[in-house]
Amino acid sequence: MEDFTYTRPASLADAIAVHGDADDAMYMAGGQTLIPVLKQGLAMPTDVVDLGAVWELDGIAVSGGFVTIGAMTRHAVVAASKDVRAAIPALTVLAGGIGDAQVRNRGTIGGSLANNDPSADYPSAVMGLGATIVTDRRELTAEDYFDGMFATNLEPGEIIKAVKFPVPEKAGYAKFPNPASRYALVGVFVAKTAPGSGGGVRVAVTGAGQDGVFRAAEIEDALNNNFSADALAGVTVPADGLMTDMHADAAYRANLIGVMAKRAVKQANGQG
Amino acid sequence: MPEISLTVNGEQITKSVEGRTLLVEFIRETLKLTGTHIGCDTSQCGACTVHLNGQAVKSCTMLAAQADGAEITTIEGLAPEGQLNPMQQAFNDHHGLQCGFCTPGMVMRAMTLVKDNPAPTEAEVRHGLEGNICRCTGYQNIVAAVLDGAKALRG
Repeated sequence: MEDFTYTRPASLADAIAVHGDADDAMYMAGGQTLIPVLKQGLAMPTDVVDLGAVWELDGIAVSGGFVTIGAMTRHAVVAASKDVRAAIPALTVLAGGIGDAQVRNRGTIGGSLANNDPSADYPSAVMGLGATIVTDRRELTAEDYFDGMFATNLEPGEIIKAVKFPVPEKAGYAKFPNPASRYALVGVFVAKTAPGSGGGVRVAVTGAGQDGVFRAAEIEDALNNNFSADALAGVTVPADGLMTDMHADAAYRANLIGVMAKRAVKQANGQG
Repeated sequence: MPEISLTVNGEQITKSVEGRTLLVEFIRETLKLTGTHIGCDTSQCGACTVHLNGQAVKSCTMLAAQADGAEITTIEGLAPEGQLNPMQQAFNDHHGLQCGFCTPGMVMRAMTLVKDNPAPTEAEVRHGLEGNICRCTGYQNIVAAVLDGAKALRG
């Protein structure tokens, strides 16, 4: 690994200032992706600005029909949160299934979303619940935030502060994990949104799309008529635009989307 | 170079490190505590697992500088020299190893697993060890050791 200047500012203002003064700085959240990337020389920043001590970015708040999770909140904390479980249990299921216990103790929601790995879990919750990404500069809808594989519409130096999830009527998340990496081979987040935020069904798929997370219109249509796993019998998702790699081809992933969607709906309906 | 102060196995340490120094490199090469192993070096295998403020983390995927102010425990810190703690003893009793390379990471993760869940089921142990890979044993004796170690630690 090439060396870099490491700093660990204690406030958001300091972090932004340090980042702005450096030649080629990168922010580091939990480091569970960035450190492997640095080891491989895929990124060689002059400065790494560790956000681990920035107090403004940590913590969970549930109020006014929203669950707001600070960007530096670790996956293990979300998974164990009684407040999140009471409001959006599918989010604790999702967070508790990311990577493994050691990774969940370090990885953060903000880091995951800034990286936007096409197989990461959190993008599906953001898209599936229609969450808002709150940065130091503005608020972005899920649709405006994601911009393809490993790409987002964050500007250079822009920091995610928090993610605001509207509490749905019900939601579920199911994934088929890659047995080695635990990343989603396919993950499906299903939400029946609350009447206040449209009342419709949103279904977001991760792990499968060549452009990252996407909404599955065929499944949404079927569930808008009847929010049950039975409504998905015979519903198929086209394999066009899905990934093929050594683990699974596009047709296999297309089939898995239907299987995971049924499991997610059953979970949302309290049927396991 | 940043100067870091941390506690490792109860001992207060202050050293200068490069920004890029991994926690596992600091533990093995600077402190000469070679019980913590580097297996895959890609955050998958868990051989480098240590405790950071009481939580299991992969020390190959953390910078030493990030541990400034933290309490670190390595496998050497579980019991006094020449003695085994109950989880280590259970691995010994059940022969929960073959080559032994993954064992320090397995034991360190097992300690936090049973701290959070003192009476785990076999399924919970298997699920809880997802971040630790063993290429020899097929896990059978490791799981038996963790269940027995949990029992011993419950007292």
